Amino acid sequence: MAVGDTQQSADLGESGVQESATSQPVNGATGARPVARTEELRRGDLLELYRKMLLIRRFEEACGQQYSLGRIRGFLHLYIGQEATGVGAMAALDPGDYVVTHYRDHGHALARGLDANRMMAEMFGKRTGLSKGKGGSMHIFDAGKRFMGGHAIVGAQLPLAAGIALAQQYQDSGCGTIVFFGDGAVNQGTFHETMNLASVWRLPLLLFMENNLYGMGSAVGRVRSRGADFTDAMAAYDIDGFIVDGMDVLAVKSATEHAMARVRSEGVPVFLEAKTFRFVGHSYADPGDQYRERDEVDEWRLRDPIVSYPELLMANRAATQAEIDAVGNDVAAQVDTAVEYALASPEPALNEVSDDIYA
Amino acid sequence: MSNKSFREAITYGLEEALESDENVLIMGEDIGAYGGAYSVTKGFIEKYGARRIKDTPISEAAFVGAGVGAASVGLRPIVELMSISFALVAFDQIVNMSANLRYMSGGQIEVPMVIRAPTGAGVQLGATHSQSFETWLAEVPGMKCVCPSNPSDALGLLRSAIADNNPVIFAEHAHLYNFRSEVPDDYFTVPIGKGRVTRGGEDVALVSYGYGVHIVEEAADILESEGISVEVVDMRSLHPIDFDTITASAKKTGKVLALDTARKTGGIMAEVVAELQQRAIDWLDAPVVRIGSKDVPWPYSRGLEQHALPDAGQVVEAVKSELLG
Repeated sequence: MAVGDTQQSADLGESGVQESATSQPVNGATGARPVARTEELRRGDLLELYRKMLLIRRFEEACGQQYSLGRIRGFLHLYIGQEATGVGAMAALDPGDYVVTHYRDHGHALARGLDANRMMAEMFGKRTGLSKGKGGSMHIFDAGKRFMGGHAIVGAQLPLAAGIALAQQYQDSGCGTIVFFGDGAVNQGTFHETMNLASVWRLPLLLFMENNLYGMGSAVGRVRSRGADFTDAMAAYDIDGFIVDGMDVLAVKSATEHAMARVRSEGVPVFLEAKTFRFVGHSYADPGDQYRERDEVDEWRLRDPIVSYPELLMANRAATQAEIDAVGNDVAAQVDTAVEYALASPEPALNEVSDDIYA
Repeated sequence: MSNKSFREAITYGLEEALESDENVLIMGEDIGAYGGAYSVTKGFIEKYGARRIKDTPISEAAFVGAGVGAASVGLRPIVELMSISFALVAFDQIVNMSANLRYMSGGQIEVPMVIRAPTGAGVQLGATHSQSFETWLAEVPGMKCVCPSNPSDALGLLRSAIADNNPVIFAEHAHLYNFRSEVPDDYFTVPIGKGRVTRGGEDVALVSYGYGVHIVEEAADILESEGISVEVVDMRSLHPIDFDTITASAKKTGKVLALDTARKTGGIMAEVVAELQQRAIDWLDAPVVRIGSKDVPWPYSRGLEQHALPDAGQVVEAVKSELLG
């Protein structure tokens, strides 16, 4: 699916797909399937993808400002640059699907529709936060939206997600679980263990890798013995793997839809690797310029989805400049509201420190 | 009453759970076709099928983590570790996942899961297979931890553990699987966090849990034969610890010896001693004596291993010289 999909979506605009042009479906791929073209999607849906990507960008920019002001503390890992990946993937899910992710989780959470006010309050450590101020940036949860964290030990979320998928299989739910992890997680034992477990138990699990080329400051090529693509490792697990252009929200949405359709209907794990890039450092404390070249960052920034995607929409007459501007204004207001909400929210009462430990 | 072995009592409890709750499933290495390393789940796969009796790859982190995941969305998995020493391989999933999930999510997620694991030294398995990490795991908030000493408590605690909506470490001392005693036929449970005075006495209180209870009971028999009245407290749970019961025995006798079959340093009995000096210092006639296994890696050689373990003779000696002397 990867080759056909991404090439078709590339027809819709000038955003490059150089990464996915090299992608190869592996072992048993069913070949190219047509991607949903922009004109086949409703205008409102297309604009919604933009709104979510922009919300993540503006929300995180605000997080950075609030961090500088000392209102957000601890570690703050921003998703800036990767918005098309999270938004495209989440747009392909059903409400019955479960989502498990890593510590760079703000983007997934907002894309899944978690409340921006309560998320910002959680960043501030406030009582009104999603986890009542006990989780923080790296541990975002909303069980009602089947958003099961926010996990901060690299790769640890993989077994958890396999267990959730096991429950879905056990209950014959017809839904699936998507688990996000980065290129860094691949070198953890939990990756190998979970890949094998998911395969032998045929779990309805979409293993969604966000390959942003750097695990903290370690370039993939420096810590991986075999190339930058990870799909070639899937043959060992008898899991079908595909590559998608993570900077192309429509390509990601389409690839995830196809993958999740197989996960749900065939009850098998599928591996999807999105090629993406974070424009900013690993965490807010990292300027991101010690371990990668300025040119590389600038090159990826040319493909910034919150710039290229609205251009694509307008070029295809799928949105007007006025609509794009209106989204910008709405999002700015929403983020302002979230910050105000967090600021105005109370601190947790100190006696709550012992609550929520035991059921 | 029925006479049951420790193993049979656990097997009985597991079957009862499988039959009464469709959400219960069991996962672990070789628990199916092989029947379990200690034969606790023998015949289960034929009876309950591979859907509910899940043989896992040798992937402790993955299948413990999968248990946490399944529990977090409504199943009630019982996960078997072949040895509590293997918990080390899954420590991140046990501690960071099973115990922390509820707190990190502000109470949104529950993890009703039991992790069963054989524990303890004494059968010459060497350093990597003989440890007693229930005392490490007992420190972790968000989890509970039990370690029964007899078949009746094993069944009663297993019922409570399976019914509990939190992760519970269920440590089974490997020496006890063939130990037999009476188990009530009528349904009963043993609450988690409740110890029991197994022998009433006036002169000295011996506190332990799991296999350690058998050591102090043997010592108590010897001491009683010499006219010393001994009280024995079986803690049964390591988290939470029933300090009330222990304190009552301390106040009653004024003399306490706490025995752990795990290594002495950093063990659970350090908590018992610390709590007792705060709660009962005015009642104590002598410092509380703490006995544990030697602070060494477990040796293979039988003589060395037995030398590292505490025994009844040591208890008798310590009671006479340090508490009654």
